[in-house]
Amino acid sequence: MNELIFFFNNVIVAGIVLGSIYAVGAVGVTLVFGILRFAHFAHGDMMTMGGFIAFLLMLGFQAMGISVPFLPTGFVVLPIAMVLTAIVALGLDKGFYAPLRARGAKPVTLLIASIGVTLMVQGLIRLVFGSGTWSFFETEQKQLIRIPVPLEGVTRTINFTQPQLLMVISTAIAVIALNLFLTRSRLGKAMRAMADNAALAQVSGINVKLVVRVTWIIAGGLAAMAGVMLALDVNLKPDLAFNIVLPIFAAAIVGGLGKPFGAIAGGFLIGFAETAAIFNWTVLLKPLAGVLPFDVPATLAIVPTEYKLTVAFVILVVVLLWRPTGIFKGASS
Amino acid sequence: MSILQRSLVLFAGLFLLFAGVGFVLGTANISLLLVQSFAYALIALGLNIQWGYGGLFNFGIMGMMMLGGAAVTFISYPVNPEFWGSDGPLMLGKALLALLAGFALIWAVRRSDRIGIRGGWKTALTVLAWIVAYFVYRSQIDPAAAYIESIGSGWVGGLGLHPVLGWLFGGVLAAGVAYLVGRICLGLRTDYLAIATIGISEIIRALLKNMDWLTRGTLTVTPISWPVPLPQDFQATGTSIADSFVIARLGFLAIVILFVVVAFYLVQRAYGGPWGRMMRAIRDNYIAAGSMGKNVTRRQLEIFILGSVLMGIGGAMLVSFQQIYDPGSYQPINHTFLIWVMVIVGGAGNNWGAVFGALLIYLTWMISDPVSQFLFNGLSHWTSQAGWGEIPDIQSRASQMRVFVLGVVITIALRYAPRGLIPEMVKRNG
Repeated sequence: MNELIFFFNNVIVAGIVLGSIYAVGAVGVTLVFGILRFAHFAHGDMMTMGGFIAFLLMLGFQAMGISVPFLPTGFVVLPIAMVLTAIVALGLDKGFYAPLRARGAKPVTLLIASIGVTLMVQGLIRLVFGSGTWSFFETEQKQLIRIPVPLEGVTRTINFTQPQLLMVISTAIAVIALNLFLTRSRLGKAMRAMADNAALAQVSGINVKLVVRVTWIIAGGLAAMAGVMLALDVNLKPDLAFNIVLPIFAAAIVGGLGKPFGAIAGGFLIGFAETAAIFNWTVLLKPLAGVLPFDVPATLAIVPTEYKLTVAFVILVVVLLWRPTGIFKGASS
Repeated sequence: MSILQRSLVLFAGLFLLFAGVGFVLGTANISLLLVQSFAYALIALGLNIQWGYGGLFNFGIMGMMMLGGAAVTFISYPVNPEFWGSDGPLMLGKALLALLAGFALIWAVRRSDRIGIRGGWKTALTVLAWIVAYFVYRSQIDPAAAYIESIGSGWVGGLGLHPVLGWLFGGVLAAGVAYLVGRICLGLRTDYLAIATIGISEIIRALLKNMDWLTRGTLTVTPISWPVPLPQDFQATGTSIADSFVIARLGFLAIVILFVVVAFYLVQRAYGGPWGRMMRAIRDNYIAAGSMGKNVTRRQLEIFILGSVLMGIGGAMLVSFQQIYDPGSYQPINHTFLIWVMVIVGGAGNNWGAVFGALLIYLTWMISDPVSQFLFNGLSHWTSQAGWGEIPDIQSRASQMRVFVLGVVITIALRYAPRGLIPEMVKRNG
């Protein structure tokens, strides 16, 4: 039983946490793709920026002595950071993408423009914060939650940290809210209509500019959420999201670009695949050593730990070969 | 002003810029900058034929450059007798056999429909075959890698051949990988292709970084030999240290420029020829080109491989020149995106533009570090006089400025010169 709990901690819990981050990031990517038809590479840097905005807000809150019992301040400031990042996302669109769209530039040009934005945002963040590592938990403590399992002979506990629990709950809330927004509200329906057929949506009187603005607000807010979650779970670094933007794109493509629910599924699929791939399966097989026909090696991971990030790309390549537009049929530009 | 006049003015300006920077930084520094920027020009030509001629979105340039670097390391580094005298080669041979056996198994399963296995059963068998092949290969390569890493300097060493052979092998290796990547990815359009290629270049990076037995990974390999005499060789014959660097680098520069000129001549000829016209037809409207009987996927694969060859050779040259192969130093920003900025700013589809962009952007990229350092020092002096204290960590902050500058340059270029400084000249007959 202890081995099963170990498996649960290392694969299921870690997979849910990683999957939530990927899912929240991938929804933003997929929404921008659905409405504006380009792969927004600067999404990762919007995440990093959200993380740093939250970090600054946390410092401000701590300086003013504001704190909420039981909750880390970094999490308390999340809604404000989301609003601020959404405003920045609107500004980025206005400053860099809207002029190109007005000129009738091809989606490919917008993609290249988003790389320019990536470089600028990353350069600015590094300029201000240096290239060091920052933590949300310098002054506060990261609480570890241990749940004992009421079974005989079980000594291990189910472990996760409080920020991890909070982020899974907020992911669930965000997903439900997004679902309600997209299926129930007029604006959400307009967004889905535009993702399906932009020209038809425009002639049937949908306010395209408003839909684009709402898309950026949602994408910015979710990017900030993903960035803060990632920063709360590990550390805050200027290149924090740059390494993770590629698995996020992989998640969005696996789920089918332009499909928000596909992106969530893709995010969790890749999150679980990564944690399961680097798990040492010997732990589970050892109790069965007498039954199995072969000797159990000392370590039996599907891939060595240093190849964790490549798992996402292998899945991506396999999905692209097997079903080129993703599991849930996505859009093509 | 015609495009010809404009490019003459731009190249003259670029020459003056290089001369000015050379005057400030000294001849030794500018010769280093020139060698590297011409190697980048070769890579930019590679991207220009992929993107400018063929409209292919390759974001995997970094992977091709790394392969070139690994190739030149393997070919030109001295032979490691400890490895060849041990069981290492035998174990690697077994791993290779295991790999081939795995591929044979997969191939056999793919043809299993001939004996009546179809549909879901065949899919299940294929997946099983891949898993078996993977674990059979791992069971052989893991002990071999651990064994090789435990003896002597911990890697296979090189072959001790001439570096130019290594550059050419870099091109061959890049071509081989590009063939596989192209077969997988080229059915995809734009955004999907971009992300698939970026993913594959990350896989290549992870492999080369962690296969310590082959590349020494983050332990780095040094020194890698030059095709021309090193500065130290000139110093041995009594040349002063400052002069020896300039002379040796100019010798290297001559070989690099020779490669660039040959590549430029070939791709320029190809552009005007029937092959180039067909490529532009595919780029501008692949559906129409396909309906005229052109095999679009095949031609795109061709151009993807040709471009990757130039990238592999350029990456190999850079590693050779720096004399160190460090797989940990490769970053998508410094390699993939930098080259994209070169081609976009210079002018996609025009080889003169690509070379111009490469030289200009590389110079900008390299000098924005000292320039921002200078500016920051001035600013820091001013703030400390104003009583706000000095700016902390000027050194590390200023070196991040070049990423920002690169972003600003590409944004301005897209906004005000979307077709580049020396745009493609589209000839219209009649």
